[in-house]
Amino acid sequence: MIKTYLSLISLLTINILLSSCVTINIYFPAAAAEKVADKIIEEVWQTDEEADTEETDKNNP
Amino acid sequence: MQIIMLRLVILILCCLPWVSYAPASAADFEASTPAIAKLKQSMHQRHSQLISHYNSGAIGLTHDGLIALRDANAVPLAARQSVNALIIAENQDRNTLYREIARANNHSEWEGNIRSTFSQRWITSAKPGWWYQQADGSWRRK
Repeated sequence: MIKTYLSLISLLTINILLSSCVTINIYFPAAAAEKVADKIIEEVWQTDEEADTEETDKNNP
Repeated sequence: MQIIMLRLVILILCCLPWVSYAPASAADFEASTPAIAKLKQSMHQRHSQLISHYNSGAIGLTHDGLIALRDANAVPLAARQSVNALIIAENQDRNTLYREIARANNHSEWEGNIRSTFSQRWITSAKPGWWYQQADGSWRRK
């Protein structure tokens, strides 16, 4: 009975350790970050002329 | 026999949470907080003043996701001080932007990754004729 409890506790410990490892070392989502970067750069570097053209395009498809 | 079965069931149950962890955490990349929106607005307004200096080659894009005065001679003497102030303000905004995006994703340690992603994408999106810095520090015209 004690042995079963011990193995249960050790398994739980391993599980917690593995979970924390995965959480800490979660990889950087490079592709998603690139998309976000491109969108921000487009907004920041958009000149007023370009914005006007886009507006006109939308109004006169 | 029963104990072995019990252990197997526990083992499988224990494996479930961390298997489902990874995809859920990696799915989304957040960049729409009020702080980030404010930074974008401020950088967009500044860009109209910076663009002529990118075109003239006075200012270049650095390899660490910032901008720098590359050729001071391309700026009229009277305008140099204001250009320097623009560069300082722009770099402050850019540094804050990278930090804010990392924070918005609850991963402050991603700031470096975000900075290097941005440095590549700024250069990719740069207009022909603009200058950018290579990894070794040398300048190159696009």
